[in-house]
Amino acid sequence: MKWKTEDGGWSPYLAGALLGLLAIASVLATTQLLGKTSYLGASTTFVRAAGILEQTIAADHVVSNAYFTKTKVRVDWQFMLVIGIVLGAFISSTMDKSFRLESVPPTWKERFGPSIGKRAVGAFVGGIIAMIGARLADGCPSGHGLSGMMQLSVSSFVALVMFFGVGVLVARIVYGRRAS
Amino acid sequence: MNTGQWLGLVTGVLFGFLLQKGRVLRFDKQIGALLLKDMTIFKFMLSAIMVGMVGILLLSNFGIITLSHKPMNVGAVLIGGALFGAGWAIMGFCPGTSLGALGEGRWHAVFAIIGMVAGAAVYAELYPFLKATVLTWKDFGKIGMPETLGISQWAILPIFWVGIISLFFLFEKKKL
Repeated sequence: MKWKTEDGGWSPYLAGALLGLLAIASVLATTQLLGKTSYLGASTTFVRAAGILEQTIAADHVVSNAYFTKTKVRVDWQFMLVIGIVLGAFISSTMDKSFRLESVPPTWKERFGPSIGKRAVGAFVGGIIAMIGARLADGCPSGHGLSGMMQLSVSSFVALVMFFGVGVLVARIVYGRRAS
Repeated sequence: MNTGQWLGLVTGVLFGFLLQKGRVLRFDKQIGALLLKDMTIFKFMLSAIMVGMVGILLLSNFGIITLSHKPMNVGAVLIGGALFGAGWAIMGFCPGTSLGALGEGRWHAVFAIIGMVAGAAVYAELYPFLKATVLTWKDFGKIGMPETLGISQWAILPIFWVGIISLFFLFEKKKL
């Protein structure tokens, strides 16, 4: 087992184990500093972002919507965490020179060609479906996959099986046809 | 910014840093995992779970932190989980990694992010309907495996460790 990948990244075992330590440190820090244990997650922030954007055109509608009321539209701990992910990935990729401007990923290109438009539609439509699913299931691979599994939550185990089970099936249909 | 926002930002920077160093942000890694050709994401996630669960179960055992299970609402988790899996396979990112991918220059993640914000807005509109239908089917509430299975968490933890380490050996043997 190597500690570094060919392109200067870290072994996924090492980076993952460090993320495990970060998850522990994070629940401790939120409990101690904020008075409430918070677990790593990402998808609720997309609801808050949608609420903040909708507030600029239809403030009354956001106030009257039960889901926005339940979620509380505001820039909170998790919102800043999600913004931090962009920064952290930027710092890391700049440091080891793996930062690349990419408009169409290689696997997509092999299957659907170099069109940015096609990729944009795929990402957009996939994004809508995935987020409706994540909000219905009440979590994504961060909230369910990492945080929920670490707590031995029943719902997270079932959600993770569904994420990967259906994901494997749909990926096979969408990308499986290319000659490998 | 308040303490919560600062703490979130610092935690997020470290989170993004590790996601990028683990090379799990890329579209090709995500689709590679779903096509069962490249197990990088599984190695990363399962390593994090192995380490994290020890600390979190210990801290909650001593009452230092509180666990926060998400509800085991059958319709929500099954249908939501399936929709997420399908959308994930098409988009090639999950919510957290889409932001990280943007940070490492894969700017097509922007379309995924816009799609997910739109999806969240759609969900907010669907919520009253779902609350009266899917969400009412069967809710087991916020349950954990120990009380559900009637087994101590200290018995479940080693089972996970053995299972995950066996998977790692399989991945390495098959060079995935």
